[in-house]
Amino acid sequence: MALEHRSYGSARVVTPGGRLDHDNCDAFQSDLAAELDACSRDSAALVLDMSKIEYVSSAGLRCLMIAARQASARSSRVVVSAPQAVVAEILRISRFNLVLPVFATTREALASVSPDALAAFDRG
Amino acid sequence: MRVRFWGTRGSLPVGLTVADVRDKLAQALVAASGRRFDSYGDAYEFARDQLPFSVSQTFGGHTSCVELDIGRDEYFVCDMGTGARAFGDHIAARQGDRPATVHIFMSHMHWDHIMGFPFFGPAYRRGTNIRIYGCHQVLEQAFRQQMAPPCFPVLFDQLGADIEFVRLRAGYPFEIAGMRVTPQLQRHSGDSYGFRFELAGRSLVYTTDSEHKLEDRAQTEAIVAFFRDADLVIFDAMYSLAEAISVKEDWGHSSNVVGVELCQRANVKHLVLFHHEPANSDAAIEGALRDARRLEELTRGGAPLRVSAAHDGLEIEL
Repeated sequence: MALEHRSYGSARVVTPGGRLDHDNCDAFQSDLAAELDACSRDSAALVLDMSKIEYVSSAGLRCLMIAARQASARSSRVVVSAPQAVVAEILRISRFNLVLPVFATTREALASVSPDALAAFDRG
Repeated sequence: MRVRFWGTRGSLPVGLTVADVRDKLAQALVAASGRRFDSYGDAYEFARDQLPFSVSQTFGGHTSCVELDIGRDEYFVCDMGTGARAFGDHIAARQGDRPATVHIFMSHMHWDHIMGFPFFGPAYRRGTNIRIYGCHQVLEQAFRQQMAPPCFPVLFDQLGADIEFVRLRAGYPFEIAGMRVTPQLQRHSGDSYGFRFELAGRSLVYTTDSEHKLEDRAQTEAIVAFFRDADLVIFDAMYSLAEAISVKEDWGHSSNVVGVELCQRANVKHLVLFHHEPANSDAAIEGALRDARRLEELTRGGAPLRVSAAHDGLEIEL
């Protein structure tokens, strides 16, 4: 699973795509760890833009949990943005919306990270 | 085969409180506002048919005890939680003067799964034959220890029934009274074991107190094989998925979400959520059931998986 990324001030927006399940969660976990390393170097928060994810299984959700823990251990954080309707419902059913901040749009997620991240996003 | 749930709560027995009952009554009155009931029967039907389960009824508070009624004088039951007391009354009422044979299958020896045995009436009756099956080395020790001072006034050796302990090996099926039974090792503190029961073309899996490490593919595949094509899976759904893999990781329990996923992969027909968290209200358990059914709809790839939540008194015909 290729992870596209863009930086907006103190936030790094990562955009995975496709299905996130037990078949590819190991690769996703590894890719996400590399993104967290980059966030740690840049003192940035990780915004996981889920707009291109069609489905996430329990194994995929576990990847998000591990990423959140790793980020917390480095005084950083992970927030989720723009999930499709099905994924948003799975996040609610699994109660992940109580563990990870979930925002309807990436702009809202960046606003929660910092004013400079929001300003950078609005500049385009 | 008829499955009868005598106890469905996890870890600790619970009961409705004054506040719980008052809340149910208030909700029922609001729902009935503006209606007129000419008889008790009319009101009863309204409560039964129109109100949500969590308002008009309760999931109950007895700990794990599930009977498999195969229509003979021999009784099959999984675990001896506090539901065992009512199960014992049921046997006494059905048997009359005839002695009973009871086959008890123990998932593990944690307290909530054995605490009903000292109150299991048939154990006190001469002529009753009780066989207690399990894979743990401490199977007999656990039953004896809880019926010894200072925990209980009646010693295990004072029981009137003829009681035999039978050690099983995980992965090795055996047959008893025509029922094929296969134990399966599960992940839980001190280990637990699930049981697959097969009789006359029907199959049931009783799998409680089992944590599923999603990253452990070998374990996941073994569980899917154990569940494969079962008519009914009684599944430990104590926590939400987020709880089960964060603050309650390694507590030895699972979730409604993982139950749906595993049963879909195994082509199970009916999933029953079981071992409810004692801190959860009836409304919370009903919510977990609603969520599980919705997840099943969202992720359905083949035949529909029926999803239910167990409650004390529930009966399912296989």
